Amino acid sequence: METVKSFFETPSPARFKGIWSWLLTTDHKRIGLMYLFSILFWFLLAVLLGGVIRLELMFQGETFISAEVYNSLFTLHGVIMIFLFIIPALPAVFGNFFLPMQIGTDDVFFPKLNLLSWYLYMAGGIIAIISLFSDGFPDTGWTFYVPFSISTHTNVSTAVFAAFVLGIASMLTGLNFITTIHRMRKKQMGWMQIPLFTWSLYATSWVQLLATPVVSITLLLVIIERYVGVGLFDPSRGGDPILYQHLFWMYSHPAVYIMILPGMGVISEIIPVFSRKSIFGYKAIVASSMAIAIAGSLVWAHHMYTSGMSDTAIFVFSLLTFVVAIPSAIKVFSWVATLYKGSIQMTPPLFLALCFIYLFSVGGLTGLVLGAAGTDIYVHDTHFVVAHFHFTMFGGTGFAFFAALHYWWPKMFGRMYDFKKAYIGAILLTGGFMFHYVPMFILGLQGMPRRYFDYLPQYAKGNFFAGFGAAFMIIGIFLMVINLLITLRKPMDAKADPWGGTTLEWQTPSPPPLHNFVTEPCVLDYPYDFTGVVKKYSKNTKGE
Amino acid sequence: MSSHSDESGKKLGMWLFLYTEIILFGGLFVLYAVYFVRYASDFIEGGKELNILFGVVNTIILLISSFSVAAAITAIQKKEKKMAVTGLATGLLCGLVFLVNKYFEWSHKIDSGIFPNSEKLVDGPVGQNIFFGLYYVITGLHGIHIIIGMALLFISLVFVQTGKITHERFSLAENSGLYWHLVDLIWIFIFPLFYLVI
Amino acid sequence: MKITQALHYFEYKTLFMVLLALLALTGITVSVSFIDLGKFNVWIALIIASTKGAIVLLFFMHMKYEGRVLVFSFLGTIFFLGIMISFTFWDVGFR
Repeated sequence: METVKSFFETPSPARFKGIWSWLLTTDHKRIGLMYLFSILFWFLLAVLLGGVIRLELMFQGETFISAEVYNSLFTLHGVIMIFLFIIPALPAVFGNFFLPMQIGTDDVFFPKLNLLSWYLYMAGGIIAIISLFSDGFPDTGWTFYVPFSISTHTNVSTAVFAAFVLGIASMLTGLNFITTIHRMRKKQMGWMQIPLFTWSLYATSWVQLLATPVVSITLLLVIIERYVGVGLFDPSRGGDPILYQHLFWMYSHPAVYIMILPGMGVISEIIPVFSRKSIFGYKAIVASSMAIAIAGSLVWAHHMYTSGMSDTAIFVFSLLTFVVAIPSAIKVFSWVATLYKGSIQMTPPLFLALCFIYLFSVGGLTGLVLGAAGTDIYVHDTHFVVAHFHFTMFGGTGFAFFAALHYWWPKMFGRMYDFKKAYIGAILLTGGFMFHYVPMFILGLQGMPRRYFDYLPQYAKGNFFAGFGAAFMIIGIFLMVINLLITLRKPMDAKADPWGGTTLEWQTPSPPPLHNFVTEPCVLDYPYDFTGVVKKYSKNTKGE
Repeated sequence: MSSHSDESGKKLGMWLFLYTEIILFGGLFVLYAVYFVRYASDFIEGGKELNILFGVVNTIILLISSFSVAAAITAIQKKEKKMAVTGLATGLLCGLVFLVNKYFEWSHKIDSGIFPNSEKLVDGPVGQNIFFGLYYVITGLHGIHIIIGMALLFISLVFVQTGKITHERFSLAENSGLYWHLVDLIWIFIFPLFYLVI
Repeated sequence: MKITQALHYFEYKTLFMVLLALLALTGITVSVSFIDLGKFNVWIALIIASTKGAIVLLFFMHMKYEGRVLVFSFLGTIFFLGIMISFTFWDVGFR
């Protein structure tokens, strides 16, 4: 095993050296790592922007930034977090790195297209930066609602074009993954032997593929309206602005399932490994992934109850929204049932996964408050909504991202990190998270609107407290990330299978060699069969 | 690596891409459907302004081009290189004629004062503004797809000529053909929606 | 592992017959459009267009020979497109 060269030492294609061996690589693992570092950069930047917003909101009136800057900041925070972090985070980083390994193959189906996706992703990010420095970043919020996005003087076109390019990158990644899963699985691996993370990516990819074009055309229409002025959404010329919202949410609601499904996949990997117990309800989880992908595409208009939609539509979409809760709950029950009577080994990834289950459940249940039209009328566009989607997106996908990072870090880089610092970081993050967002639920119920620069005196206390939570969260995030990054200076000493996992990526050295496997991996009849792992570990403890 | 010779995998990838194209146009068809129901009489008036002859001729041209591209794919598999080149070249030529037609049609409309943001449309009935707005956006986007399709056909043509595409490995030609047929397919729906509304 | 394409193709004659059918349908849809049938005109035009589309798909695009994956995924896409259009009418149809 020691003689095997890792993919860090074997560039692919072999003729490139140094920086070019990264920038022109077709190796899915290198591309995954390039995504990792670019995504981490954007994430930390947007975290700091969010911190600035909360700092401004801690005190009434103008504290240290003007209202215009504030508007641009929350738009920038939203655009970066949505398009540059949450949507690509899990599929592009961990999907790229581990999807081919989990199905026992050496790369994705279209390696060059994969590299192109990364370049489109980078181009999208750079265009977003350019829009910052020309005429100011848009102040529309990440939803770019008409008519404001068409009439505002800030540089909406460039920002919208950035989102368009990022959409193509995400679409191509989805296309690549579906083809890979269909055509490149190991022969012995049937559909019901695919690991759950890969399954969740499969469901996600379909949503990416079929929903993203809708937003592409919608954003193109915004650009066309700004330059040519067709009037398709302009009521004075026969257009209907609510149709823009329909088209926008036709993508952007399924997009929240693009964000959360891979996160659920990660949790479904981590929970059984550290419970030493096969996952409860494998088929139910697979089915619920597909059900979420399908049902999630039918509910887009629940973002629009107060937009002036017909009452019939409000009724239908409210009803359908409740249907989506069922498959999500199936997953939560399966995870908890997996933990029940397992022999639990606490590690940072499991700790983060447990936090995920709690935070995501709160986020999901408050989502029903918003999905029910009656209550939504009262809390629509208040801080309640802000708290809700941060609980699902950050408490859900964000925590799954960190859990995945801690779970697969030794595999990707061959180095183990310090558990104690990871725990402290995770506890600070979770504690800060509660302190930060729970006051927002209360503020929202009291009626504080979102996206406002200033507020009435009765909201002062909640906003003041939330600021402290934000500070704890930011410290926790940086502590965790730094704790991981400093391991890069250590020698590579991680074992091939430090956790006792059963999926194929643990059957190869850490970090893996160029073609992923030294010997042909052997596919288990059931992907979460821990009898072998339990035997191995009980032998070890006897020997010591 | 096994992937490079898996031709049906490449075809699957191409189909997945075509789905995204269908949905891309689908977004515009959502707009068309809603506005058609809302402004039915204006849409009919607008449809009468469009010259049915241009529409019919362009439909026939695209159908012929689709046929000749399909024949070219058959020819490649039958190892009839000359026939394949002829088929692809005919497809290309038809695409060109289609664009020329479109150019005349658009410039005729623009000359008579019908174009986005023109006085005639802004001051006229709102339904007609929407009708012609959609007409320009949808046929414009379709025209761009024709150009991309022609580029793909041209590359295939060159590769068939130089022998890079053979009866054993022709997924590039086949996928270009699929793309071309999709562009035709979308036109099949555009044609009645704009030229034949009654 | 070399997987060559299975040789599936239609003869020129078949393709030509398909072309003739498509041209005939075009003729029918144009001539029907001159008869005023009220709102049925739209549906007839769409049905003829869908028939033409299906013919292009089955023969020119070889869907007739493709496996289940392509057939189902294509139908799924069309289904999703149908949802996009029809669900929007929950709103605009009842305003």
